[in-house]
Amino acid sequence: MGIETAFGEGIITTRLDKIVNWGRKWSFFCYPFVTACCGMEYMSTAASHYDIARFGAEFPRFSPRQADLMLVVGTICHKVAPVLKLVYEQMCEPKWVIAVGACACSGGFYRNYSVVQGVDRIIPVDVYVTGCPPRPEAILDGIMKMQAKVDTESVLLRRN
Amino acid sequence: MAEESVTIRKLREQFADRVQVLPTPADGMDTVKVKREDILDVCMFLRTDGDLDYDLMRDLTCVDYIHEKPRFEVVYHLYSIYYSHAVRLKVRLEERDPAIDTVTGVWVGANWYEREAYDLYGIKFNNHPDLRRILLYPEFVGHPLRKDYPIDKEQPLFEEREETKGVR
Repeated sequence: MGIETAFGEGIITTRLDKIVNWGRKWSFFCYPFVTACCGMEYMSTAASHYDIARFGAEFPRFSPRQADLMLVVGTICHKVAPVLKLVYEQMCEPKWVIAVGACACSGGFYRNYSVVQGVDRIIPVDVYVTGCPPRPEAILDGIMKMQAKVDTESVLLRRN
Repeated sequence: MAEESVTIRKLREQFADRVQVLPTPADGMDTVKVKREDILDVCMFLRTDGDLDYDLMRDLTCVDYIHEKPRFEVVYHLYSIYYSHAVRLKVRLEERDPAIDTVTGVWVGANWYEREAYDLYGIKFNNHPDLRRILLYPEFVGHPLRKDYPIDKEQPLFEEREETKGVR
């Protein structure tokens, strides 16, 4: 049946998208842009107890050029917003963003002169993780949602 | 009535009715109201007098009494490490001219406190060596801790994305 019968056992056919996305979603290189208390929850997530390595994302890269998943963890004020945008632009395609915590999603309870009312006003965000701060389980859930989203993408189309 | 502290006695001797001693608040700290033009003399006296020796400027801040006249109140908290006594100075400033002499010549540490008060309340400190914004960015217009600054006004530094412009 199909071309696999011609190759014999040990070879299967698949779509290019599928194999590339499989590689991408199980090897996120996170860039944690940590500015506030949510960072503690991210550290807990990354450490052995919650073990982010189960999702292949255990190695935070502190250079945006080596990362493909940006985690905006914490309050972003107007003064640091240009830095966040610059760091995002330094990341190579394909790249994704998770906004972790209430402040990154919407400004949180800081509705004032200094805080950006959600990082989606400056960079595109793929997954929002709610909570103030979110539990490590919630961050892991966000990473799983991100994996599900990566799985639906195509290597032929540019994302942005 | 509690005994008058050495700070109050000395200030009364030196400045007579140019300083006004306020009732001691619940924290028990001597509190003195000073006229704007006297602040430098009073501070220099507190710093240099041998029995007072206020060598540590603990805090300088500002209060906006928006419905009162004069509107602003600059508050100085001073402390003497040797005598371990403290005093609080209060100066009221008019809204149309919120300016006062700098005390950076008396305590070097006052520099950043005064910049902060300038940044967030718009108090001008005459003869300050470097009166720039300290917390906010230079492009910011206005002084956000004034009570008449709109609570939800934002002054973004960056280009917003087209599709989320104006969205809250």
